[in-house]
Amino acid sequence: MTDTLRAIYIIWYRDVVRFRRDRARLVASLAQPLLYLLIFGTGLSSALQGAAGGIGGAAPGGLTYTQFIFPGIIGMAVLFSAIFGAMSIVWDREFGFLKEVLVAPIDRSAVAIGKALGGATQAMVQGLVLLLLAPLIGIDLSVGMVVALIPLVFVLAFALSSLGVAIASRMTSMQGFQMVMTFLMMPMFFLSGALFPLQGLPAWMDVLTRLDPAAYGMDPLRRVVLGSALPPEIVSRMGLTIFGNVIPVPVEAAILLGFGGLMLMVAIRNFRVVA
Amino acid sequence: MSQPIVIEAKALEKRFGEIEAVRGIDLQVRRGEIFGFLGPNGAGKSTTINILCTLLKPTGGSASVAGFDVAHQPTEVRRRLGLVFQDPSLDIQLTARENLEFHAFLYRVPKAERDKRIAEMLEMVQLTDRAESMVMTYSGGMKRRLEIARGMLHTPEVLFLDEPTIGLDTQTRRHIWGYLNELPKRGVTIFMTTHYMEEAEFCDRIAIIDHGKIQAIGTPEELKGMVGGDVVTITTADDEAAAPLVGALAGSMPVASDGTLRVEVSDAAAFVPKLVRELPVEVTSVAFRRPSLDDVFLKLTGRAIRAEEGSEKDLTRMMGRAWGRR
Repeated sequence: MTDTLRAIYIIWYRDVVRFRRDRARLVASLAQPLLYLLIFGTGLSSALQGAAGGIGGAAPGGLTYTQFIFPGIIGMAVLFSAIFGAMSIVWDREFGFLKEVLVAPIDRSAVAIGKALGGATQAMVQGLVLLLLAPLIGIDLSVGMVVALIPLVFVLAFALSSLGVAIASRMTSMQGFQMVMTFLMMPMFFLSGALFPLQGLPAWMDVLTRLDPAAYGMDPLRRVVLGSALPPEIVSRMGLTIFGNVIPVPVEAAILLGFGGLMLMVAIRNFRVVA
Repeated sequence: MSQPIVIEAKALEKRFGEIEAVRGIDLQVRRGEIFGFLGPNGAGKSTTINILCTLLKPTGGSASVAGFDVAHQPTEVRRRLGLVFQDPSLDIQLTARENLEFHAFLYRVPKAERDKRIAEMLEMVQLTDRAESMVMTYSGGMKRRLEIARGMLHTPEVLFLDEPTIGLDTQTRRHIWGYLNELPKRGVTIFMTTHYMEEAEFCDRIAIIDHGKIQAIGTPEELKGMVGGDVVTITTADDEAAAPLVGALAGSMPVASDGTLRVEVSDAAAFVPKLVRELPVEVTSVAFRRPSLDDVFLKLTGRAIRAEEGSEKDLTRMMGRAWGRR
């Protein structure tokens, strides 16, 4: 057991060292959320106001659209960097380094868990860094809010990086990456409720959003970030519902943890089979 | 031969669906030996080495390394072996030291020994002054040296080397063999695959493998003895006139190539004085050599593995890899 823990630690640590060194990636990963907030957010806010004289249900309680999507954009940064981070396994495979890990006298579960935690750590940092933008768009940060966000961001990051590891455990080249991007990451992002509330949707879309694990991560982020600025009844109206009932945040976190655990099991099984 | 057996394979088989890659291999390697696996691509070399390294499970027979069964006790086996792969397996975005630290951690090198071992290994492959550089700044030869250092870091009993000097220049190759030749003195057993003849000459024993089977096994000298003769190269004032006369003296017809006559005789040391004495045509030069492993391979398999063919293949292979990456 201690052997496996040591192995998990060193595999995680390698990812952290590489992440710390890769400044270009950190800068690039901040640019995309900024584009969404400043250009997409501002543009859509103005358009909606012009068209309907107000955003109505989309941004209750006098929020701007930019403020509404802010937690969603944090979630987006987590989503993309968790899956990207975990999928660096495919690069390791392509550059041969994965072989060094797979022939080591360690349990293969350490490879999956170490990588999932490595991806989750990177995603968490990238998501939390975006909180620095909060004052720019008129959201007040409090210590309590940040403390509440850390575990929620981690749970989302862990679930998604586990998904990334599970995919990468079966992928032999970067060729398939475009497919994953188009058919998995983008739909997950759009259906997660990052850009619009998941209420009053057509039935088919309603079902798809509830099947999207990312939705269970975006919702708690929004409740925490916007919660302090809004009256409680509006906050609860925003929450993700199943059959009309709002899901409590701990249940959402449990769903994410369960999903992450399941994905890890798939990944571990795959790593145990491959040569 | 009093050393204990470190690697043993018994009737080892591996089948991938319809394809039988390894068809009943038996071998024993003793402690401190340098054992070479010689054969063309697709002969079953890599499959065998992957089974011995626990990366593949055999479909028949058994094998043990350092006293542990490769199929049933893979973790015990892995702890005792070092591996240098044919393709690079370093993290080029880490420094040499970081690559070694990562390895030390995975192989449970005790904390108290870790720094000392790393320093020793870096010293052995003369990379101490580049320890803090990113591996991406290394040349091909430096990377291979670092991989050997890493393979030896956890003091393995057996070092597996898959084509250890493929694609490297002659000088670097010699350099690397300088380290490898030292290892048996420390009780390390080396098991390697190669298709370079000059590299095979460094081995204590060689197995020639083709079509998934061992065709012959022995010391380089024993194997060359199988060809049973020497190769004599003669240049004369008039090769055309000399050829039938040389043939009569040697008992087999010479082959003319590049302005020389080549003939195989059983004992060149006795043949050459006789040739010079009795040949009516003027002899301008005579050279003779023992048969090479290439000649042995040709005799056993009907095909040649020539060094130049090998290096060309390496080049296209490296280019293929470079393209595949981008």
